Amino acid sequence: MRVYARILAAGFRTQTRYLPAAFAGLLANATFGLLKSGILLALVDGHGGAVAGYTAGTMAAYAWLSQGVLGSVNIYSLAGTARRIKSGDIAVDFLRPVDVQFASIADDVGRGLFALIPRGLPSVAVGVLLVGMTMPAEVLPYALGAVSLLLGITLSHALGYLVATAAFWLVEVRGLQILYMGVAGLLTGLITPIWLFPDWLVAVALATPFPAVMMFPIDVLSGRTTGAAAAGLLAAQAGWLVVVLAAGQVTTRLGRRRLEVQGG
Amino acid sequence: MNRTLSGLREASQPYRAVLASRIRAQRSYRTSFRADLVGTAVVGLTEVAEVLVLFSAANGTLGGLDLRQALLVFALSELAYSLADMVFGHVDELAVLVREGQVDVFYLRPQPLLAQVVTMDISLRRIGRASLAVVVLAWALVANDIDWGATSVPLLVISLVCGVAIFGANFVTAGGLQFFLLNAHEVTNAFVYGGRHASTQPATVWLRSVTVIFGFVFPMAFCAYLPAMLLLGEPGAEWLPAWLGWFAPVAALWAWTTALLAWRFGIRHYQGGGG
Repeated sequence: MRVYARILAAGFRTQTRYLPAAFAGLLANATFGLLKSGILLALVDGHGGAVAGYTAGTMAAYAWLSQGVLGSVNIYSLAGTARRIKSGDIAVDFLRPVDVQFASIADDVGRGLFALIPRGLPSVAVGVLLVGMTMPAEVLPYALGAVSLLLGITLSHALGYLVATAAFWLVEVRGLQILYMGVAGLLTGLITPIWLFPDWLVAVALATPFPAVMMFPIDVLSGRTTGAAAAGLLAAQAGWLVVVLAAGQVTTRLGRRRLEVQGG
Repeated sequence: MNRTLSGLREASQPYRAVLASRIRAQRSYRTSFRADLVGTAVVGLTEVAEVLVLFSAANGTLGGLDLRQALLVFALSELAYSLADMVFGHVDELAVLVREGQVDVFYLRPQPLLAQVVTMDISLRRIGRASLAVVVLAWALVANDIDWGATSVPLLVISLVCGVAIFGANFVTAGGLQFFLLNAHEVTNAFVYGGRHASTQPATVWLRSVTVIFGFVFPMAFCAYLPAMLLLGEPGAEWLPAWLGWFAPVAALWAWTTALLAWRFGIRHYQGGGG
């Protein structure tokens, strides 16, 4: 276990060397935050101040929290493992005395946690300054929200890893990655809160692990979901994490048997 | 006349050779290419889904547009963007080329650098997304109440051409800036992808800062919103009245002026990849 904690810390420290990249990401996040705020606030306004349980303040909180965590949760890409499988470098990873899956995820989670400092918090600050947003006044939502966010970040990287292991069979996974980006962008609630979806699409989203990546942490952090319901969301996240990690273990073992690396 | 034509053909020969080889290469990995086509079409579908979700959740209209009108704005933007992405999209990955030391080779060849970078690749997989955009556009043109007088067809053609030009200019601006922003190239995502997103929205919902940036600095409103408002006979937004839609060629010219300046600035700054 200690070795994974150290890989996680190393991932965190790697990112401290890429501060300009982090601020660049922040600028892009803030631009999208402004675009999202404009249209979503117009939507709330058109409904006379409340839609699907969102007021102007909580909708703004959604817009900026979702942009803020974007540097930490992985929605757009597959784990670097996909590239290593294609190049054959994965053979070296299998020789190391650590679990390939856990090591890859620990590294990514470490990087994601660091991104909260230069991208997450400033993004929320920009939102407060430019648009104004409503956040809970008690401590509990933040404590539960922190746990929920950690689960969401870990789950997102576990998913990115699981899909990346498809490279054992497909080798080239760019098409799959584009597909994943599209589906995840919609169902995680990155583009709009999933609670604005028609009922059937909400049901589809909730049948997948995607809302547990981003929508649930934002609901808990913003105080939209509290008490027992919030605990329920955390339990659902933990459940999905176990399922996705187990699936990743299985695909890694099956893939290892199929793996064929040329040269030597 | 004939001589200039054959001269042009001769001058473009190396570019055509590279492009033809890229097209052959992409078509030879058939499964991978099909997966890419489906992938880009699905990304297009989720973009449509976003418009459907937002405008269906609205009480009739959002930002002065109903769902059909919003889909017209969306389709114009999506078609122009996906075509520009097919031709210019890889210019946005210039930082990667610089880091890998591939740019030095371009400096050695007796052809303009930008022409070489643009023609080094063409992403046929984006045809998936462009086809979807064509379908939505065709539907939106029929479903909306458009007066097909003498001006509508030329307006549609002009705005599509200018839309592709403006999105293409954004990719080139991004490429030029990436000579400076090697590790911070995500900055350019703000106007390349932020600009794409903005161009699908009704400009009436924009915050004032967004109106300045995506109405004028990067003239995204001219790609889809303004021409669509002209076609629909709608008034437009506060700082962006519909008649401005006729000035899309001016906006495209402005976008390319800044793009070429940024590019020139970038290639003069470049010192070589070492090694």
